[in-house]
Amino acid sequence: MFAFRLDTRSGVPTYLQLVEQVRHGLLLGYLQDGDQLPTVRDVAAALVVNPNTVAKAYRELERAGLVAPRAGQGTFVTGNVDRVPAATYAKLSARLRAWVNAAREAGLGPDQVRALVTAILDEDRSKARAA
Amino acid sequence: MTALRVEGLGKRYGRGTWALRECTFDLPQGRIIGLVGANGAGKTTLLHLAIGLLSPTEGSVFLFGRPLRMDRPAGLAEVGFVAQDHPLYRGFTVADLLHFGRSMNRRFDETTARKRLAELGIPLDRRAGRLSGGQQAQVALTLALAKQPRLLVLDEPAASLDPLARREFMSTLMGAVADSELTVLLSSHAIGELERVCDHLVLLRKGRMCLAGDTDELVAGHRVLSGPRPDANAAMQGLVAATHGPRQSHLLVRQPVTVPVHPHWEANPVSLEELVLAYLAQPETKEGRD
Repeated sequence: MFAFRLDTRSGVPTYLQLVEQVRHGLLLGYLQDGDQLPTVRDVAAALVVNPNTVAKAYRELERAGLVAPRAGQGTFVTGNVDRVPAATYAKLSARLRAWVNAAREAGLGPDQVRALVTAILDEDRSKARAA
Repeated sequence: MTALRVEGLGKRYGRGTWALRECTFDLPQGRIIGLVGANGAGKTTLLHLAIGLLSPTEGSVFLFGRPLRMDRPAGLAEVGFVAQDHPLYRGFTVADLLHFGRSMNRRFDETTARKRLAELGIPLDRRAGRLSGGQQAQVALTLALAKQPRLLVLDEPAASLDPLARREFMSTLMGAVADSELTVLLSSHAIGELERVCDHLVLLRKGRMCLAGDTDELVAGHRVLSGPRPDANAAMQGLVAATHGPRQSHLLVRQPVTVPVHPHWEANPVSLEELVLAYLAQPETKEGRD
């Protein structure tokens, strides 16, 4: 069964953390079409969070079309995310790791790396829009 | 529908000072409500008034829409209570306590209680006094839940427990809330935990309520403004707390995110923990001193 975790220091609201973890799980292939998510009760008891918060996350996922409840059975993944093959991920993350190493050697801190990535992504997006 | 409503509630012990004054709020049903305040702020007094353990000096209490009357405490069948340090009859075995609970309550779900105790590995033939602190807390919670209350009131339920026992206790509580329509009112000093556990807050300071509301709305309704140190005389609307450096100031203000910010200021969201601490640390107002 899919296991959630909480980062209590991130400042990100709990329900959003749960939503993001399912989204990530789908993108990275840890979660697949037809997988069952743990019940609201189990998540609330395991993470010691308010069940209303977990229910809110599940409603949000349902609205996004990523999961669907089946009457009397629980909540299941409906996998509507464009998934990239695992091999492609592996290849890209290996190259990214090498690039991050190079950036560190060049004296860039994590914030500078993040700023650079954001800038390039923004540039890419505006180029795509112009095309 | 409101689970608990208090109106102008006040309590004075003898001819002495007021432990609680002018308290008015509604607690929505199906929520987990945190009651926060410094020691001596009136939390226990408020909880005891809410469940009819104390009679108010002024004001009134309504449970699920019906006034709570000291002379006819029938409404209390709907309330469960776990007192501070979860006292149990130490000489009773866990089985005795279950038997006692069943005899004293019309609705008492002993089956679920036994199942829960078995899951927690608590032996029924053990005397309460010989259980660990965490186990005693779990037994007290199990007994209160077996009563099948609509409102469960807990006075600093996990304060004396070690971190692991505390987590297990809160986990049992979260599971119980998920299983039913239970409304929970708990006092706590564990502010860090409130953000995850509570969706509604009531803050007490020196016997008076200083803040109450849904946690989402409280967080969305406040923000921190950082910028050049303002003129000391300049009034800032909704100012809760200010920290000043030589040239820069950080102001915690109560204003919705939609209010435009002056270009000199940088607006940042505030965490619930920060918010609670700022309100609890607020200097005394004139009317609060009596």
